[in-house]
Amino acid sequence: MTLMHETEVIIIGGGATGAGVLRDLSLRGIRAVLLEKGDITSGTTGRNHGLLHSGARYAVKDIESARECISENRILKKIAGHCIEETGGLFITLPEDDRQYHEQLLSRCLETGIDAVEIPVSEALKKEPGLNPEIVSAIKVPDGIIDPFRLTSANILDAKEHGAKVFTYMEVCGIFSSSGKTTGVKALSGDGSVHEFHGNIIVNAAGIWGQRICLMAGSELKMLPSKGSMLIVDYRINNTVINRCRKPSDADIMVPGDTVSILGTTSMEIPYDEIDSPFPENIEIDMLLREGERMVPNLSKTRALRAYSGVRPLLAPEDSSDGRNITRGITLIDHKSRDGIDGLVTIAGGKLMTYRLMAEMTSDLVSEKLGKKTSCRTHSLPLPGSEKVTGNIRKFYRDISNSVVGSTMYRHGKRIFNILKNDRKNFRLICECEMVTEGEIEYALNNLDVTTLIDLRRRTRIGMGPCQGELCSYRAAALFNEYGKASPHESTAMLKDFLEERWKGIKPVLWGDSLRESELTYWIYTSLFGLDELPLNDTEREEK
Amino acid sequence: MDKLKNISFDHCIKCTICTMYCPVSKETPLFPGPKQAGPDSERLRIKSPGLVDSSLKYCTNCKRCEISCPSDVRIAEIIQDAKWRYLKKKFFRPRDFFMSRTDLAGRFGTLLAPLSNFFLKLDLMRFFLDIFLKIPGKRTLPKYNRTTFSKYFTKYMAERQKNFTRELLYFHGCYVNYNDLRLGTDTVDVLNEMDYGVKIADEKCCGVPLIANGYIEKATKNALHNINALSLNDCTSRIVSTSSSCTFALTHEYESFLKVDNSSILNRTSYITRFLYEEFSEGNIPQMGNIGLRAAYHSPCHLERQGGLIYTIGVLKMIPGLELIVLNSECCGISGTYGFKKEYYGISQKIGENLFRQIELAEPEVVITDCETCKMQIEMNTRYRVIHPVSIIKMAIERGREI
Ligand SMILES: Cc1cc2nc3c(=O)[nH]c(=O)nc-3n(C[C@H](O)[C@H](O)[C@H](O)COP(=O)(O)OP(=O)(O)OC[C@H]3O[C@@H](n4cnc5c(N)ncnc54)[C@H](O)[C@@H]3O)c2cc1C
Ligand code: SF4
Ligand code: SF4
Repeated sequence: MTLMHETEVIIIGGGATGAGVLRDLSLRGIRAVLLEKGDITSGTTGRNHGLLHSGARYAVKDIESARECISENRILKKIAGHCIEETGGLFITLPEDDRQYHEQLLSRCLETGIDAVEIPVSEALKKEPGLNPEIVSAIKVPDGIIDPFRLTSANILDAKEHGAKVFTYMEVCGIFSSSGKTTGVKALSGDGSVHEFHGNIIVNAAGIWGQRICLMAGSELKMLPSKGSMLIVDYRINNTVINRCRKPSDADIMVPGDTVSILGTTSMEIPYDEIDSPFPENIEIDMLLREGERMVPNLSKTRALRAYSGVRPLLAPEDSSDGRNITRGITLIDHKSRDGIDGLVTIAGGKLMTYRLMAEMTSDLVSEKLGKKTSCRTHSLPLPGSEKVTGNIRKFYRDISNSVVGSTMYRHGKRIFNILKNDRKNFRLICECEMVTEGEIEYALNNLDVTTLIDLRRRTRIGMGPCQGELCSYRAAALFNEYGKASPHESTAMLKDFLEERWKGIKPVLWGDSLRESELTYWIYTSLFGLDELPLNDTEREEK
Repeated sequence: MDKLKNISFDHCIKCTICTMYCPVSKETPLFPGPKQAGPDSERLRIKSPGLVDSSLKYCTNCKRCEISCPSDVRIAEIIQDAKWRYLKKKFFRPRDFFMSRTDLAGRFGTLLAPLSNFFLKLDLMRFFLDIFLKIPGKRTLPKYNRTTFSKYFTKYMAERQKNFTRELLYFHGCYVNYNDLRLGTDTVDVLNEMDYGVKIADEKCCGVPLIANGYIEKATKNALHNINALSLNDCTSRIVSTSSSCTFALTHEYESFLKVDNSSILNRTSYITRFLYEEFSEGNIPQMGNIGLRAAYHSPCHLERQGGLIYTIGVLKMIPGLELIVLNSECCGISGTYGFKKEYYGISQKIGENLFRQIELAEPEVVITDCETCKMQIEMNTRYRVIHPVSIIKMAIERGREI
């Protein structure tokens, strides 16, 4: 049996862009649903280094992107406070780098209105003691960091609170149309059920997968998949964003991200059929470490937690081969004018941090197509959690330690009041590396569209610290059962999947302490818990 | 961002063994344990100093966590450092100030010894200490010598030291200087008996109580002073100390925690029993008689941390007629100045209970231990006298002479 759904707008893709469109439309009073084939942020949005660009990285090459960046940078600081940290950034020149780029960067930033100032090397070293002392010059820029998981989740939360609907594990597999107009989509749910969604407009926000969506509607859109790999280290070896002051190239940026540092990135063109499982290769890891060490020498002595890759959702112009040279400009396509397909809109390109602008542009178009007079409010309305918190929060949570209150607040902003309670069971720690409490997990399970343990990681940070799930995953799996979200067998299966998923990212960096850590985890889960022997469903159990 | 001094937390594999061994987290839920307070929280504090937890203060710095860690994480050091780097300190803390200035307090204490010992026993005085300085009324306080060891040594013992073939430096520490003259003279006697002449240097408090109370600058000053004093006229003699904690400071904490270069004394300095063990093994054993004593031995945490336990036990086993019961390793709970503070007194006492029970069950005649504060704690909580291994040797030597 097919389940039928009616709405005005169908959004395909639960990355930052799709979530942004969903929120924007909902705030305008337009009914919308979002369909995501996996979990929210399981696409490129969950696989980047979370730089809140000041625009300086693009200032020399792509001034239009730079302008978008600095303007969105300022807006996001106002509306997404709890997803952002204003760390500041540095552009450092090493002896082997071309000094000219430094001058060029300064003058182009000035032109673009990006507040870039040269600071003495000694000041830079004081700010970032881990920096390579050989640096010859440094420029301070208003870079920051942005957490893609929380940003997307907060957009979704707000949209839902304004009436929108979200379906995760819902893969769009066909587009219905009649006489040149799209009427809806057919989708397959993770639980095996088949769904039809009908609405006037379809927004294709499927990022790099957008090419496939277009094809379903009979339109050709050529994407150019460019893979980028990144490396995460155990703790913040830098507290400001460190950029190499040279023409954008491999391994030239180190971004602090929550409790860790992320080193990025590489650029490698891959065939379109490999976009579903990009994987970092050894040569990329070697190169990241070698080049990264030039910026922060301590890097190679620090534990690498994991490595991962993302695929840049770039639209291919006719004659380019290097992914980094293509404009990251935003592309909004009304397929009615492009290919005569009415009802389909594609939003592609851009960046994580321009998601809001992309959503605004898309929603303007959608609204116009629906014949509605609406205006955008997302540039001034804070995301849920980012509203101002007044008063002393410590006073409210006397029994709970700073590290727990602070970490929860960092992740959820003002929504901390919906999460933490002065009650022992609520604030006991499930994840000890990242200070995730039982209360936070309960909140995520009930409010943040969590289906699996892996989803829970994206909403909270369980399993993202140095232990990579060694201590928290079985506790969290048990909570799925305790809060009625999974049967014992489902919890066990989830646990296994979760550890496998963690293992995938650890494998490329399996040396030193990472190796010792995973060895211990392996012993615990196989030798102690016998996880590899456990039946995962009733048939398996009977066989045993 | 500060330059990080100790990045050993990066090696933690989250096995939680340290927390199993922490005597404080075992007794109170107020302290989340070494793993959480050390390596786990350090990552958070690096991200944002505001995430520091006040519960750090419950750590006694006993270092048992470091002994147990398979990854060589310098957990207690991370905690000490965080305690004083991130937590707000009150500008003037009279109790902590006096308590950590063991040499200052000692100088007054000895100067006025009969008077101070009298007052310290007085209920009224104890009441004042309790109210104003938050030093618990029930706590037994150390007695003061009538004269300092260094004065006594110079006056009565220095002269005869020239009569011996070899010489060494003795770092006596504050406790011997102000509170336990006898241990000092015993040490000199035993070493003389082994044909070692003893010299003392112009030493200051080793810095352990200063570190524990957050006076890091002062501790660093003392460290520099001591290293200098111990190498000034003599940079080759071996240096021995009868305090396991002083030894630990000289050989470990100066370098790893205070970041002071201690290379000029590092290889020459050892805790006394290690020196004795090496000498005994080479045949330089003083003449000892059968001591005929049943003793329970308690191993101090700081000695264990240095790997010094085998030497003390090795030496004790060579004493004729000493029936030795080696107690299971337990923290006595006092941890230097920790157990003298009202807010920790209860926890300190509770930690010690396991040890006190063991001692009672062993039914010894005396208790032996290497550490001065363990001694105070055990004497206050059991009916036994506590003797330093060196004094036991001295007793055996005397017994040998009697025959
Ligand atoms: C290595 C790298 C580093 C980067 N660093 C930064 C940075 O520092 N700062 C920055 O601002 N940007 C950065 N970016 C760019 C940024 O990550 C992306 O531009 C942004 O995340 C794109 O978001 P999106 O929502 O458009 O796409 P996605 O996040 O990919 O979302 C598309 C979603 O559509 C879903 N989908 C696909 N097909 C279907 C279907 N048939 N049915 C239902 N759902 C479907 C996918 O599962 C996916 O979740 C980086 C990109 C890369 C690759
Ligand atoms: S030093 Fe002692 S009290 Fe402090 S954490 Fe380690 S074991 Fe616990
Ligand atoms: S014992 Fe060492 S490795 Fe194990 S949790 Fe404690 S600090 Fe980490």
